[in-house]
Amino acid sequence: MTIIGTSGLVLNEKLLFEHSDPGRKGYSLPKLDVPETALPAELCREEISDFPELSEVDVVRHFTRLSTWNYGVDSGFYPLGSCTMKYNPKVNEAAARIPGLAYIHPATPAHLAQGTLELMYRLQGALAEISGLARVTLQPAAGAQGELTGMLVVRAWHEAHGSKRTKVLIPDTAHGTNPATASLTGYDVVPIASDGVLTLEEVEAHMNDDVAALMVTNPNTLGLFETNIEAICKLVHERGGLVYCDGANLNALMGIARPGDMGIDVMHFNLHKTFSTPHGGGGPGSGPVGVTEKLIPYLPGPGVDFDGENYSLEAAKADSVGRMMAFHGNVGVMVRAYAYIRSMGAAGLKHASEMAVLNANYVRARLEGVYDLPYKSRSLHEVVFSDKDLGGDCHTLDVAKRLIDYGYHPPTIYFPLVVKGAIMIEPTETESQEVLDEFCDAMIAIAGEARENPELLHQAPVRSRVRRLDETTAARKPKLKWEKGA
Amino acid sequence: MRYIPHTAGDVTEMLERIGVGTLEDLFVEIPESVRLKRPLDLSESVSETELLRELKALAVKNATPETHKSFLGGGAYHHFIPTVIDLLISRSEFYTAYTPYQPEISQGTLQAVFEFQSLICQLTGMDAANASMYDGASACAEAVLMAVRLTRRKRVLLSRALNPRYRAVVATYCRYLSLELVDVAVAADGRTDLADLIAKLDDSTAVVVVGYPNYFGVIEDVAAFAKASHETGARLVTAVAEPIALGLLKSPGELGADIVAGEGQSFGLPLAFGGPYVGFFAVLQKDVRAMPGRLVGETTDLEGQRGFVLTLATREQHIRREKATSNICSNQGLCALMATIFLSLLGKQGLREMAEQNLAKAAYARQRLSGIKGFSLVFDGPMFNEFVVRSEAPVADVLTRLEASGILAGIPLGEDYPELADCFLVCVTEQNQRAEIDALVAALQGGVQ
Repeated sequence: MTIIGTSGLVLNEKLLFEHSDPGRKGYSLPKLDVPETALPAELCREEISDFPELSEVDVVRHFTRLSTWNYGVDSGFYPLGSCTMKYNPKVNEAAARIPGLAYIHPATPAHLAQGTLELMYRLQGALAEISGLARVTLQPAAGAQGELTGMLVVRAWHEAHGSKRTKVLIPDTAHGTNPATASLTGYDVVPIASDGVLTLEEVEAHMNDDVAALMVTNPNTLGLFETNIEAICKLVHERGGLVYCDGANLNALMGIARPGDMGIDVMHFNLHKTFSTPHGGGGPGSGPVGVTEKLIPYLPGPGVDFDGENYSLEAAKADSVGRMMAFHGNVGVMVRAYAYIRSMGAAGLKHASEMAVLNANYVRARLEGVYDLPYKSRSLHEVVFSDKDLGGDCHTLDVAKRLIDYGYHPPTIYFPLVVKGAIMIEPTETESQEVLDEFCDAMIAIAGEARENPELLHQAPVRSRVRRLDETTAARKPKLKWEKGA
Repeated sequence: MRYIPHTAGDVTEMLERIGVGTLEDLFVEIPESVRLKRPLDLSESVSETELLRELKALAVKNATPETHKSFLGGGAYHHFIPTVIDLLISRSEFYTAYTPYQPEISQGTLQAVFEFQSLICQLTGMDAANASMYDGASACAEAVLMAVRLTRRKRVLLSRALNPRYRAVVATYCRYLSLELVDVAVAADGRTDLADLIAKLDDSTAVVVVGYPNYFGVIEDVAAFAKASHETGARLVTAVAEPIALGLLKSPGELGADIVAGEGQSFGLPLAFGGPYVGFFAVLQKDVRAMPGRLVGETTDLEGQRGFVLTLATREQHIRREKATSNICSNQGLCALMATIFLSLLGKQGLREMAEQNLAKAAYARQRLSGIKGFSLVFDGPMFNEFVVRSEAPVADVLTRLEASGILAGIPLGEDYPELADCFLVCVTEQNQRAEIDALVAALQGGVQ
């Protein structure tokens, strides 16, 4: 087996404040071409003490060195479950930087913003088609804000229909953002148990006149399709509720099945997952929301409309939940997602979902029996193992850290919460069989090490720039900023 | 498809290993009744050349500061963007990584966020800042929610001079939380009316929000607001939509703000029709554990080396679920990195010089515009780089006429402020050369360019 992790020359780098030298500068501005002016002195601050003073070279070298301490999708395999770390196409980066798209001010009158508005309109339409929903708003900045938007829409619909329901049902496999969002929209959360997938009986037992909505993720965070989804949606509707779908795992379904056709009323998309936009070290994402016909009046505004000739920004309708962002959402991310959809085409998107599911099942086939597989139904885009029966008092965290030494980004760990010691692997479609084989070989070797030489796992990682970090002290005595002399 | 490496042979081999005959067999758990039985109604795949041609054709339909003389501000600003920023953030170790859940291989992102947090503290005069929020408006909404949690009170006072888009987002976030949102009036000088604030403050007031500078470009008396708010036990949120001003103005922390929520777009981010931008959020030490969003803290590794980790996660949704301080999961990581690089390059001198240039250019434009027949300045409070102009002719006509001369003269105010239906908001930054300002003046005078 080839171990791709190795050690090379890694350069140390101070904090930028520690490089600072009074009098240095790293910028140039044109000479002021109008008379100088001053504000009343009582409004003005002293110079900002200890603010950095660096040359351009200092800054470039600083951030270049920092970049080498990171691991990205371009560095190697990044099977972070539920995050869909697929390859980020380079042409999308070029697309977002086309000057007319990159430099347009958000308050530009619509007739002088037709290019961007057309792109947004086409993207809204493509997402509606992929999801089987009637209308999409692009405004939410990220998945969690999309959830908030969707649940506000749910609540607005109920209130408009005189319903005062107070509860939301959320399965135990859900992302933490689901219950946090429900709280933020003033709902009480009722957790419901699933046995891998939700059963109609379990939903039926909790679905009463006080329940506004069920929030589901489909495929769920175990990578399993919610096989009873149609019957569940029907039941929730019959009892006066709505069904929200967390679209984090849409990468399994493009061109194969559509949430709207299953009975879902509202869902969010993660453009930074399914539609290949880069994750940026934690954002920016983009979390559009799609709804069925009856929920359209409640969507945030403005949205983009087209009258056959011109694109316009339609003001929020009277029943709208209101504005989610200062402007129109993360438009730069939308440009990338649009470029991706155009590059892939209808057939390409379906092929992507098929290959994503093939890859997850291939990893599963290679690792089943080596790692415990708690749920045996056919996996879709991701597979969840556990650390049960690992030797040498080794746990999921140790496997994750040892994978770093082998040259991989670890999977998502300890999530979903329903699997103790979960190891959640989502390979995505952009990885080849060779990459998956090398990764699986590493996973198998690590399971062997756990039995025979567990210290290798407990000490890992040893090849990274830093070793395991003291997170307890970090939380107990938080040091959240640089201070001179501290 | 160039992004998908599988050959037909690979697929066959992999299916065999899985133990199924066809790709279709992998989807057996999806009931027939919900399968899509037709191709998606989307266009076919286009090549790289065709894609870029199509997008460039769209892009030329847009007006930008490269095609027009632009005086648009109102929460998004046309500023100098150093070349270095885009080249550094194009290091794919930065932009293709995700949230630094595995700190050993994420030290680049983590240290940069720690530096961002430190810079925001220095700028705002606050004790702690988070790893960033979606934008200034949502940061402002999160600040209101945090103040409500801390005070357990239900009344929220919003200055009418706060950016109306921020006010709208606050209203959305508060919609179903049984809070009372009350406007505070604007005084004749364009500042928020202190007497009206004092009249409306009571012991049920959780929070007061003012812009700094406010939407009209006027610099609020934050200290007076802090004093009045604190006398009734309310928290003061200072919202900063144009943070270049902080290169020159007293920091909100120094003036008594409890929470500073702002927009970092001015720090090197392209306008991009409104996003992605980067919200910043800073608090006092005593409130650190109540704040929303990700936080990076310094620590050491097994060998005693300095390193950084995500910390105080027990506030967050993935641990606390419905009891979390916010539902926020991601931040605007790469945008925060852009702001960090911008502030590193501009540094102590540059930020002040840039602020002074904005101040001087806007003052010059104000002075020139005030002499034009048919136009007048509305407010006389101290201003930074924006100001409100009243027009005798209908605003829409004036703006349309100037568009024809290649000038985007400002943002009409009537939609957000009916009493200012005859006014528009003009923004002048260091990017507007004197000749552009003179052209604006000439065009308003009716001259031909």
